[in-house]
Amino acid sequence: MEVSKLPSHTVGDVYVDMPRMTTRKVNVFYGDKMALDDVTLDIAEKQVTSLIGPSGCGKSTFLRCLNRMNDTIDNCRVEGQIKLDDQNIYDPHIDVVPLRARVGMVFQKPNPFPKSIFDNVAYGPRIHGLANNKNELDGIVEASLRRAGLWEEVADRLYQSGTGLSGGQQQRLCIARAIAVSPEVILMDEPCSALDPIATARIEELIFELREEFTIVIVTHSMQQAARVSNRTAYFHLGRLVEVGETSTIFTNPRHELTNSYITGRFG
Amino acid sequence: MSEPRKGIIPPQVAISRVNASLAARRAGERRFRTCGRIAICIALAFLVLLFVSIFTKGIPGFFQYYVTLEVVVDRERIDPAGDLSVQSLYDGDARGIIRSAFYIATGAEGRSGRKAAGKLISKGAEQRLREAIIKDPSLLGKTVAMKFALDDDADSFLRGYISSAVPEKDRRINDKQIEFINKLQKLQLISYDFSDYLIFGSASRDPEIAGIKGAFIGSVLTLAVCLVLAFPMGVATAIYLEEFAPKNRITEIIEVNINNLAAVPSVVFGILGLAVFISIFGMPRSIPLIGGVVLALMTLPTIIISSRAAIRAVPPSIRDAALGVGASKLQTVTHHVLPLAMPGMLTGTIIGMAQALGETAPLLMIGMVAFIVDIPGGVTDPGTVLPVQIFMWADFAERMFIHKTSAAIIVLLGFLILMNAIAIFIRNRLERRW
Repeated sequence: MEVSKLPSHTVGDVYVDMPRMTTRKVNVFYGDKMALDDVTLDIAEKQVTSLIGPSGCGKSTFLRCLNRMNDTIDNCRVEGQIKLDDQNIYDPHIDVVPLRARVGMVFQKPNPFPKSIFDNVAYGPRIHGLANNKNELDGIVEASLRRAGLWEEVADRLYQSGTGLSGGQQQRLCIARAIAVSPEVILMDEPCSALDPIATARIEELIFELREEFTIVIVTHSMQQAARVSNRTAYFHLGRLVEVGETSTIFTNPRHELTNSYITGRFG
Repeated sequence: MSEPRKGIIPPQVAISRVNASLAARRAGERRFRTCGRIAICIALAFLVLLFVSIFTKGIPGFFQYYVTLEVVVDRERIDPAGDLSVQSLYDGDARGIIRSAFYIATGAEGRSGRKAAGKLISKGAEQRLREAIIKDPSLLGKTVAMKFALDDDADSFLRGYISSAVPEKDRRINDKQIEFINKLQKLQLISYDFSDYLIFGSASRDPEIAGIKGAFIGSVLTLAVCLVLAFPMGVATAIYLEEFAPKNRITEIIEVNINNLAAVPSVVFGILGLAVFISIFGMPRSIPLIGGVVLALMTLPTIIISSRAAIRAVPPSIRDAALGVGASKLQTVTHHVLPLAMPGMLTGTIIGMAQALGETAPLLMIGMVAFIVDIPGGVTDPGTVLPVQIFMWADFAERMFIHKTSAAIIVLLGFLILMNAIAIFIRNRLERRW
């Protein structure tokens, strides 16, 4: 395998016309170790942007910057500018609570709370005071479960524990929980990596539906998945954003050597 | 087939070598298992020995000898003022009434006979008669059969600890008294019954009326103070250190010190309590409030350490989930981490409380070893606690105290087992899977 050189700047269109989120020259450090180097990328409104790349390339780190989940890591330092609708989310005056209400997240491993299905979905609306009464809350829970394609399966056992569901159902429950607070952006960190192919297909369908309403950023190890669900694809390598573009272009006609090697399966 | 290469062992050779090493491995395993079984057997044997010795001595401590007397409750004699007031009853001659009844029952005559007989009945008898009158004034003027405790020497004689074969001047009970006891026994007036004094009596120099009520209530009050202080403080500390505190040199030092504090001998906490609360703040000695504070200081490290372990056992994915929907740090902790960590925290707390319940040394330092007859009514009344009571009783010479001591130990053990049972129950009840 020949080692291709990292590009000095990102190949392809990092900018879009109607960006929902923009990142400019983002560097992330874990202690002394640099995890992201000079990443500039626009996240397009109501599109699915997928982040691909080999393990340790910084794609999850980048995703977790978008709603400041990196704050929970002690020695993590973020430089540069990340904006959500022209507001710098790393501004010291920004409160992460409303930020995370606007930018929801779904994790790699399904992580429902050890509470009932209803309470799982109702948790976000409750803490943010979204519902004025029980009726409204019931409505939010039902609508969220419907949008996550889970309602039919759990309607008769809303008050049973969410941890009793199958892996795929748990992940859809987590998606329902994320969309219950009406976020604008949903971040998904390898949402299907712990699921079987059928459950994966179900989630992919769901992502496809959800992009009508939400701006979605998804990290995935599966190139087929990226090809199936996303509009735009960004390829990361060793902390650099190597190439970004329309998904169809990236997969059919990659411009950078590294991208080409990765998508043709020569490494990663 | 290629030549055998360096560093590669052919499969046939490998399997024969594995088989050769098997015998040694199996023998090693067998040896280890045998050692384990022997260790468990020894531990069990000691446990059985402990329980046998405590129960053989302690069970008799729950019983004592009583004598049933026909008491003529003469209104004039017992209640001279006629108003049934405590003062009037104390002025009255309850002792005389009981003694009269006892003289009739034993047939004691003459000065020396009556003196000998009078010593056979417990000093607690008159108090019992007064209490009975206060409870039921209709007894006045009647002749009633009442049970009174026998004096501890008579009790010891009946238990067979004092032999009549010993010369009279060498025993605590003389020939005349033995004669009276035999007579009462022939009349079937002496009974061996459950000792109500043990449960409802408080500290006393007279073993037949000494009980653990005061110490038990003292223990409950002390533990209550300890729990109220140690649990919230310990849990709050654990949460802060685990979830909020930055990981730096200072928190590291704090952590090391907390861990060391858990190993500090308990008597040191007693000295601290004495120096700080009693010497500097001038608070009274012997009160459950200070006892509780000292024990809280002692149990805090235990609670903090177990609470931190419980918090650390909560999977980070739950925190991520809560933070991901926009919960604040505090909401994440109170809504998710705390409920999941609670069983572990409570178990640790109850173990700490059980430790505190059995603690003697620090309480000696702050004067809870005082001889206090009154039962504490609150945390600022002087009192003592069960283990200290046991400690004091073990020091007394009277034979009967040996049984009382063991009986009190049984009560203490029962209390401890109850607390541990609660801990297990809570853990099983609250434990959830994720």
